[in-house]
Amino acid sequence: MSQTRKQLLTDPLVDNNPITLQVLGICSALAVTSSLNVAFVMSLAVIAVCGFSSLFISFLRHYIPNSIRIIVQMVIIASLVILVDQIIKAYAYEISKTLSVFVGLIITNCIVMGRAEAFAMKNKPFESFVDGVGNGLGYSLLLMSVGVIRELFGSGSLFGIMIFEPVSNGGWYVPNGLLLLPPSAFFIIGFIIWGVRTWKKSQVEAREYKIQTLEEH
Amino acid sequence: MSKPNNILTKFKNMPVDGMTKTLFVAITLCLVCSMVVSFAAVNLKEIQEVNKAVDKQKNILQVAGLYYDGIDVKKAFSSFEPIVVDLNQGKFTNRFDPLTFDDRKAAQDPQLSISLKEDPASIGRRTNFATVYLLKKEDGSLDKVILPIHGYGLWSTLYGFIALEKNGNDIFGLQFYQHAETPGLGAEVDNPKWKAQWKGKKINNDSGELMITVAKTQKYKDHHIDALAGATLTSNGVDNLVKFWMGEAGFKKFLTNLQNGAA
Repeated sequence: MSQTRKQLLTDPLVDNNPITLQVLGICSALAVTSSLNVAFVMSLAVIAVCGFSSLFISFLRHYIPNSIRIIVQMVIIASLVILVDQIIKAYAYEISKTLSVFVGLIITNCIVMGRAEAFAMKNKPFESFVDGVGNGLGYSLLLMSVGVIRELFGSGSLFGIMIFEPVSNGGWYVPNGLLLLPPSAFFIIGFIIWGVRTWKKSQVEAREYKIQTLEEH
Repeated sequence: MSKPNNILTKFKNMPVDGMTKTLFVAITLCLVCSMVVSFAAVNLKEIQEVNKAVDKQKNILQVAGLYYDGIDVKKAFSSFEPIVVDLNQGKFTNRFDPLTFDDRKAAQDPQLSISLKEDPASIGRRTNFATVYLLKKEDGSLDKVILPIHGYGLWSTLYGFIALEKNGNDIFGLQFYQHAETPGLGAEVDNPKWKAQWKGKKINNDSGELMITVAKTQKYKDHHIDALAGATLTSNGVDNLVKFWMGEAGFKKFLTNLQNGAA
């Protein structure tokens, strides 16, 4: 793989992560990270949808009339999402029960639309596919990190395997119920964004305003 | 150049943003996408239906305490006998085939259900016919009865089963197979420790009054289930739905008839 293609794949992981830098796709990140199994299937679904929607949109990019381009993108994304949803229901029924509505909501995930509009409409199919998969991976990386924290400290397990035996089952660990509720993901994502921006100063946005002191007037 | 070719070249040279091409792209795309989607939906439907059925059977096995990891669900389930019960009469009926009868569809059908005036479980309509599962011992005598129950919690309707001993009064287990309660709070209805409380509790007292209660404070030891901490509304929902389905409007008639051999 050439250097640029590799960059397309790895850039969105940390340097241009759709969640931490662009702060997109937060809604589903809150909802599906309370257990790792669910977060993992959701990640696969987003990678697949993001990659293939970019691929198909890029194939069609010279034929999509400008006036209906968003609708065309939506139709392609929505079809892929339904396809993924049906497949999950057929082959991972247990998980589809917990994912319920959130697979369907990939349609409204800004990351997918964002890549279609910003990248796939202007680039070649293979590059677009790689870019889509890269962004899906960036989303997944964050989803999984949040999932590890929430499941480990919220229910004492990872991928459903008991790590800390909770008190209710006769162990020692008192699970933190807050971590199982959606708001906790806000705090965790906030802390992660803080951490990443302390590590990579270039991601800190310039201030839009500055409080002025009286003396300067 | 022949004529059809002419039209093609003309079409090719049209601007992408023109009316004709816009319509062409929109219609073609919609057709292709709808074909892909319906192809997937039709082809996967069978597997999905099987999944749903197996999931239900698995839950029936679990509530009867017969489930363990790696069990052959289909084979184990064959020890159950599904029968449709007429709730108004409290008797078995052979009007429907129990293997294909769908309680939930029946609850939507005005011919097969009644609209509830008193509706503690918030289910709107109650089906007149419900599929129950009888677990028989090897000698053919009745071991357990599994009854379907459902009702509203905090966010969702909880669908589940309650397993009763052959006397129709002692609870063996209770389990929900479908709900969307808050994970960690209301969804603790799936917690094995909480579910274990139901075992051995009695629905009615000796004089036949409905006593089973999900509450925070214990009044009668034999009829008390501890409510879930932090999930008052889900607990109230479970309390209401169990009382409803074990009451006169639910399975009470059938359970009485079953005891007297009149079912």
